[in-house]
Amino acid sequence: MDNVIIAENLSLSYKENETIISKATFSIEAGNFVFITGASGSGKSTLLKSFYGAIEPRQGQLVVGGTKMNRISSSKLNLLRRHIGIVFQDYKLIKEWTIEKNVMLPLIISGYTGDVSGSQVQKLLGHVKLTHQAGKYPQELSGGEQQRVAMARALAHNPILILADEPTGNLDEYSSSVIWNLLEGASTQLKATVIVVTHHIPEGLTIPFKHYHIEFGTINEIV
Amino acid sequence: MKSFKNHISLIIALFTVLASVQIYVAVDRSIAAYESHLKNDYSVIVVASKNLTPIELKAMSSMIDRSESISTAQVLERLKGEMAPKNLELLRLTLPKFYRLYLSRFPTPSEIAQLQKRLERNAAIERVEGFSQTHDTVYKLMLLFKDVVQIFSIAIAAVTSLLILKEMRLWQFQHAQRMNIMALFGAPVWLRSAVLFRLAIVDAIIATSILCLAFFLIDHYGYLSMQLKEIGIRVQLFNFVDDAIRSLIIALSVSIALTLTIVLVHHEEE
Repeated sequence: MDNVIIAENLSLSYKENETIISKATFSIEAGNFVFITGASGSGKSTLLKSFYGAIEPRQGQLVVGGTKMNRISSSKLNLLRRHIGIVFQDYKLIKEWTIEKNVMLPLIISGYTGDVSGSQVQKLLGHVKLTHQAGKYPQELSGGEQQRVAMARALAHNPILILADEPTGNLDEYSSSVIWNLLEGASTQLKATVIVVTHHIPEGLTIPFKHYHIEFGTINEIV
Repeated sequence: MKSFKNHISLIIALFTVLASVQIYVAVDRSIAAYESHLKNDYSVIVVASKNLTPIELKAMSSMIDRSESISTAQVLERLKGEMAPKNLELLRLTLPKFYRLYLSRFPTPSEIAQLQKRLERNAAIERVEGFSQTHDTVYKLMLLFKDVVQIFSIAIAAVTSLLILKEMRLWQFQHAQRMNIMALFGAPVWLRSAVLFRLAIVDAIIATSILCLAFFLIDHYGYLSMQLKEIGIRVQLFNFVDDAIRSLIIALSVSIALTLTIVLVHHEEE
């Protein structure tokens, strides 16, 4: 299996004299389902940000989907991000757009035509049980529903890599189970690599997964 | 409603810019028309010892548009009863020739002085009267008016620039979230900012249309045209082809520059 993510002596920080992740070396194979855990402020989200290029490596090397993330150009980064689906704890939906258009966003960016993107969006809204809410705006939906929309958006363009930052952190049990089912489905059916940053690994997952734990800036695989 | 508010604030700012430019243009046109009006009324009087032809007079300066001889017959007619015919005839023969010179444009005070010197160099010319004091007062008054309008336009432009800057910051805040989200999914810069550019272009067109309508109404039904006509000035305050095109270009340039600044200044959220 090819590696989707390769990190060698990777150090991450926001300021010069600070270290959040220190000299981490690890790799994540394509199709893996990976959990990254750690205490608050341990650097889980920072590590996830480095995977989609929101923070550049301070030292060492990071390769995501075959693209070197060190001093990456904006055009290369845009190209890479079109193959990544991201789910945030605060949903990050465009409030001026309808639910349908929000889900369509990655398809619009990838240049899909109206018919193709329309049917894909309808299918995904069906999966997240929000077909009847398609014409509404994010602020008209509950937190759980908004996160399901964000999940549908992350899957819309059949990404090779799905990154989720505390995707069920604020959700009720029903919405959480929908999100975990979709993430499992993305891994098993779409063969996407799924990386989830979370405080707690949910019980009852039916698929095998890898578990990395971050403590004091170092990343350890828990076997 | 929110979308309308987004539009209206930029439309007002753009309209103010366009209106200040158009007012300046209209005043400039009125002054040019008034200058032409003054030019027709203004003339230089020349007293010569011998007859001078219009060609001779015109050759003395390129500023001279045309000349006419001032007849002395009326003066002599008035003196007929008071003087003996012999003396009157002597007076007629010794009386100098008077000419009125019309100029091609309304001259500056220094141009009058130069013209006066040039004419006086001719041996046949005894005296030149440029009525410089009256001319100076009118000319200086006109310059003062021009300066006041210029200062007024600059002041409006400065205030509007501040208004646009404020609007820019507001736009940046309003659109930053959407642009960030689009960037997270790999949208290129042009796609992220497409909405902003569309908004800017639409607002520029709306602001220009409002300006055209406002000035069309002022020009055709306004009190201003009547006032100008009363002082002998006929001027088109708004030219639908030239002014509309210029206004549209200014509005598009300002709004696109504003949008470009927002796009270039925008930093992606980490």
